[in-house]
Amino acid sequence: MKKKLSFLFVTVWFLNVYSQITFPNNGAPYKPHTLFAFINAQLVIDYEITINNGVLLVKDGKIIASGNNVSIPKHAVTIDLKGKFIYPSFIDIYSDYGLNEIKASRSTGNGPQTISNVKGAFGWNQAIRADVEAHKIFQHNKEKAQELIRNGIGVVLSSSKDGIVRGSGVLALLNHDVKENESVLMDKSAAFYSFNKGSSGQDYPSSLTGAIALIRQTYYDAIWYKTNNAKTEFNISLEAFNQLQSLPSIFEANDKFNAIRAAKIAKEFNTKYIIKAGGNEYQRLEEIAQTGSSFILPLNFPEPYDVDDPFETESISLADLKHWELAPANPAYLEKNNINFCFTSYDLKDKSSFLPNIRKAVKHGLSEKMALKAITANPALLINAYTKIGALKPGFTANFLITNKSIFDDECEILQHWINGNTYLYKELDPIDLAGNYQISFDSKNYQLQLRTSKSKNLIIIDTLKKSFNYNLNGQLMQFSFKIDSLTGFRGLGNYNADSKTVFGKIQNSQGVYSEFKIQFIEKAPEEKKPVSQLKQIPLDPGKIIYPFMAYGSAIETPVNSTLSVNYLLKKRENTYLFKNATVWTNEHDSVLRNTDVLVLAGKISKIGKNIELPKGTQARVIDATGKHLTPGIIDEHSHIALTWGVNEGTQASSAEVRMGDVINPEDVNIYRQLAGGVTCAQLLHGSANPIGGQSAIIKLRWGLNAEDMKVDKADGFIKFALGENVKQSWVADYANMRFPQTRMGVEQVYNDYFTRAKEYDANWKNVLVSKEKNKLLPRRDLELEALAEILNKKRFISCHSYVQSEINMLMHVADSFGFKVNTFTHILEGYKVADKMKNHGVNASTFADWWAYKNEVMDAIPYNAALLTKVGVNTSVNSDDAEMARRLNQEAAKAIKYGNLTEVEALKLVTLNPAKMLHLDSEVGSVKVGKSADLVLWNNHPLSVYAKSDMTLIDGIAYFDRVENQKLYNYIKSERARIVSKLLNAKQSGAKTQKFTSKEQRLYHCNTLNGVSEEITGER
Amino acid sequence: MKQTLVLIKVLLCLLGSAQKTYTNIAFFGGYAHLGNGSIIESSLIQVKGTKIESIQSTVGIKVNPKAYDTIIYLEGKHVYPAFINVNNVLGLHDAEAVKATRDFYEVGNFNPHIRSCIAYNTDNYIVPTVKTNGVLYTQVTPRGGVISGSSSIMALEGWNWEDALLKSDDGIHLNFPKLVEKRWSEDEVVTNATNKRYTEEMNNLNKFFTEAYAYFNELNPSEKNIRFEAMKPIFSGASNLYIHTDKAKDILTAINFSKKHKVSKIVVVGGKEAYKVTSDLKLNKVPVILNRVNDLPDSPDEDIDLINQLAARLIKDSILFCFQMEGDMEAMQSRNLPFNAGVAVANGLDKEMAISALSLNTAKILGIDKLVGSLEAGKLATFFISEGDALDIKSHNIVLAYIGGKPVNLINRQFELYQKYKNKYGVK
Repeated sequence: MKKKLSFLFVTVWFLNVYSQITFPNNGAPYKPHTLFAFINAQLVIDYEITINNGVLLVKDGKIIASGNNVSIPKHAVTIDLKGKFIYPSFIDIYSDYGLNEIKASRSTGNGPQTISNVKGAFGWNQAIRADVEAHKIFQHNKEKAQELIRNGIGVVLSSSKDGIVRGSGVLALLNHDVKENESVLMDKSAAFYSFNKGSSGQDYPSSLTGAIALIRQTYYDAIWYKTNNAKTEFNISLEAFNQLQSLPSIFEANDKFNAIRAAKIAKEFNTKYIIKAGGNEYQRLEEIAQTGSSFILPLNFPEPYDVDDPFETESISLADLKHWELAPANPAYLEKNNINFCFTSYDLKDKSSFLPNIRKAVKHGLSEKMALKAITANPALLINAYTKIGALKPGFTANFLITNKSIFDDECEILQHWINGNTYLYKELDPIDLAGNYQISFDSKNYQLQLRTSKSKNLIIIDTLKKSFNYNLNGQLMQFSFKIDSLTGFRGLGNYNADSKTVFGKIQNSQGVYSEFKIQFIEKAPEEKKPVSQLKQIPLDPGKIIYPFMAYGSAIETPVNSTLSVNYLLKKRENTYLFKNATVWTNEHDSVLRNTDVLVLAGKISKIGKNIELPKGTQARVIDATGKHLTPGIIDEHSHIALTWGVNEGTQASSAEVRMGDVINPEDVNIYRQLAGGVTCAQLLHGSANPIGGQSAIIKLRWGLNAEDMKVDKADGFIKFALGENVKQSWVADYANMRFPQTRMGVEQVYNDYFTRAKEYDANWKNVLVSKEKNKLLPRRDLELEALAEILNKKRFISCHSYVQSEINMLMHVADSFGFKVNTFTHILEGYKVADKMKNHGVNASTFADWWAYKNEVMDAIPYNAALLTKVGVNTSVNSDDAEMARRLNQEAAKAIKYGNLTEVEALKLVTLNPAKMLHLDSEVGSVKVGKSADLVLWNNHPLSVYAKSDMTLIDGIAYFDRVENQKLYNYIKSERARIVSKLLNAKQSGAKTQKFTSKEQRLYHCNTLNGVSEEITGER
Repeated sequence: MKQTLVLIKVLLCLLGSAQKTYTNIAFFGGYAHLGNGSIIESSLIQVKGTKIESIQSTVGIKVNPKAYDTIIYLEGKHVYPAFINVNNVLGLHDAEAVKATRDFYEVGNFNPHIRSCIAYNTDNYIVPTVKTNGVLYTQVTPRGGVISGSSSIMALEGWNWEDALLKSDDGIHLNFPKLVEKRWSEDEVVTNATNKRYTEEMNNLNKFFTEAYAYFNELNPSEKNIRFEAMKPIFSGASNLYIHTDKAKDILTAINFSKKHKVSKIVVVGGKEAYKVTSDLKLNKVPVILNRVNDLPDSPDEDIDLINQLAARLIKDSILFCFQMEGDMEAMQSRNLPFNAGVAVANGLDKEMAISALSLNTAKILGIDKLVGSLEAGKLATFFISEGDALDIKSHNIVLAYIGGKPVNLINRQFELYQKYKNKYGVK
């Protein structure tokens, strides 16, 4: 039984509305005949099995049989799909379909919001929206459903995109014409998380490091809540959070590094996230693979840039240019590295590029099998729904597509899309094709007619003049019009007869007079030349991945047939050097040695002396250092480079729980620029917006390595404290002055309060761990007090931003009263006034060479500070707090010669050995001594002179900066840019849509950089 | 250092008590950097009254002690013309973050009538820490708006601003519209993208200049417009139009703009990308007050030392330029002006040319080269003496300085605090 489906489509659509069992009927219930047999198709049962001439049997919205040997019941509606393909509907598990868009409730200019303003028994932070249940707010949206359906997507996992914890998502069919009751496949299908607080107007968290801390604390709170069986308090948010833990977890990272950060949280809490990716994961494949996570990949590959203007083009970074080239290869890279993934259409502004972009990924090396799996089986598997969706197997929901060709063919067209056994996209399977040459006859005249597949090429030839002929075919009815000149035209309507290939009907002239016409087929249209796809024209060759993925990154050549990892190769670069005939600034008793050789073996300083010969069998790079100076690497005690999204979580008086180590950005060009200035090691500090800041990260500037590999191994933990004008919010408008403290008096009591509580907290936990008492409530694990307890237990050390003598004195008293010592006062511009007290306390000083006058509390700052502190016997360093100045800390050290008459050796120690001591790293670095790590700088001039530039900077004996190599890297940037730009020009010329340039840069941080605060406020350190 | 201090004290006593007596001084044997690119290894400089009477090499010269009130022997020391600090808010604030002390940013978009010299505080806290490094003049410059106002050139010593004034209202400062602007996103990424208000900004600017020029041509305006009055000198060619702009395309547009509005003397201020359009700059004789040397490139793809090399790149193409310190904490940073020039030397600039870009070439750009800028007979006796290379931090140690023949007080409060606490701790 063959039947026209257009009829079915209309009836089914009408009847669906009434098919709900629990709903009352208006009149006699209608039970539709819903047994369909699709025969003779290329039947794609799942991503692995495709059957020729397959049969798909569908009843009541379910697949009851699929395959070759399916007997077709007589009462089935049979649809012949010869030459057609059937695919399972695509699934998008990262959707917001059917949920209301987020309304930003962020208040600006109304002062701080310290706690959630959601009323009810919810948790303290508004960004923790664990209680959101998408299935309760899910409503169909016809337009959006149709847009997805047109592009092959039939099922979505829809979830709220608002907040850090986003509650649960709903798995639903896109059959938008029925009650939602019939569409929901699974109510709570997955839990959703992100680092973005979304619409929450609450101040905390204002940074990425704060968001990470909030997630961690929420996990601990939920564990505490569960363990104590909610005896401690009732909390909807924590209840809901605990319930989410049984669901698959989807984390929106949208970036390679955030993916790694999310995976680290997952590991801490013994869970695993499915990670919503950003499309740049190929840039750090090894780390991405190590997460062990599955990924949801976006398909919004960048459009080509408009590069017509050479000046403007220079603003587009190499990283962006290379990403344009490589982004379509991201899925292929993941596949090759056995990283599991599925696709989402979520990031596509125009959903119609969904399939074309998957094809693009295939052209860039993704296998068709994986591509299909990533839109069918994989999304279903990831949310444990592969028994219902993602394949065409008995028992599965009848969601499928009928296409004219393979979905990987550029000319593939989705003809029909069936969801739950009904059609939601309908096109004639075998439309009438009128292409050919015809004769049209009317008013006793004959004219030639040329009909083609492209409408613009339909012509009628009148006395050798070609005029355009417009027609529409609706079913079999043809309607047309053409003009001979501006005054004379004809319109007609006729009936097409497929057997005789003729059209008969009436034609009306410009005077309104009707006559009869006939169109008669003569011959087939000549073959049209197909335009060659532009992607095929341009060779793919998408360039190499460089580490880091930006300017001055290097491609790592993996030896042929090697399985060695990129990170391994990065760490195992040449690390054996012999420097001949240098002036060596040792920072040891022997001070400055002239005409001296230094041997670096396997990353360590191995020998210092005259005429050193290479040990037999040792391959080393021998450097003639005649006339040059070799010094220890520069150590910057106070740096804010290489951090992502905020340096301050200054929304509360204490943010001891946040860790800068969570947000290291290994792709900050300032790492490289500072290497060129001789910096080898830096403490990345939290800002100075609050009395108790966050935990520091101490890194070596191992350019090219990942965040974890930059951290100094086994370094002691440090934390930033701050005093004075910043923490008392001197620049906050009066109406917003709510946060305690607003005076230096208050600052002291913040410390008293927190350390008192930390002491109690510590004692409490120690008791719990030793006591065997049962039924006692478990104390809450508080990451903030835990960090402070570490200070009391001398396992974490304070670096305190400080200016004025009174507050410096105060903090030393607070520390004494709690039985610990302040490790370092940083900035410490009035340190010279209390140098004797500082020496007694045993604290270090890390100061600016000559900064002052940027605010009131630095008006007594003097450039003689470093010299005076040194002379009194305080271990003193000079730091940068500034991405630019850190490139020339050697010059800043020289200021202590000019201002205060330090010796040259003393001056150099201000930026090498002394900061090493205050960071507890002097057994490893800080001087040129046998056995220490070879963190060295080779200068072309006296190292304290403005004329000195570094020729080489070594860390662990590896030349992370080399001036000769630098020129090569620069040339590579130029040539790589030129190569890609010419490709972009081709892309534009071949008609691709282009985007105007934009470029992104890393914001430069100082201590007091607050998120969202205008740069116009100057001079706040 | 110890010897230096002694020398300072001795000289200050001498000069302080005998200012009136010594109006005819010989400086003998100093290594003189003339400011025009050349040097005299051992020089004899005669200062008479406010001016340099003569300068010559000591080779073959016998000094007649009777010809001078006194002779100061400078063997082994260096003599430099006064360094000039350009385009700076020095003197217009003390503690920069404290609003009450800030006097450099006026409200309004078109403020050519704003005059910075009257707000210049000779008793400012920062000034005494700048002149001690040989920076003896500053072009006090307002900020803000599209047209910030007019700058003036002040000596770093004087009883009051009138007394300190070397040249008043030397030019108007225009912050030229930018084709590309920076935008800040919530997750702290800075995006550079096309300035959507650019056309509007250009239209407003063109309108203002068109009207100002029409006003300039009116001999007896019926109604006086003080903003347009202030614009007159840039149309008459009496003063400079300082156009603050960095990007190559903006610089080209700025040059076209000035021609269209018949402004004859323009100076590009900033000019980070001036090296890309040197042929246009040269053709139109546009000098550049160059971006602070110690600064970072705008793009991660650029040469890491790009900004440090700008001076060397400009001089290669014969562009007249000078150094400046505009930027973060620029007033306080003015004392590091010589060392910024030193960094340019480390990046390929000839040392004497670097000195010229702090003195004579600077004076040329500002239009004060007839008065100051070099060690030449007839110019004001405005110079300083350092124990070593003034461009290198560790060797620059100023022992004497003169503005218009008058000795400069080289003791500042920071030095006094140093002395005070040295005494407290008993350290040397």
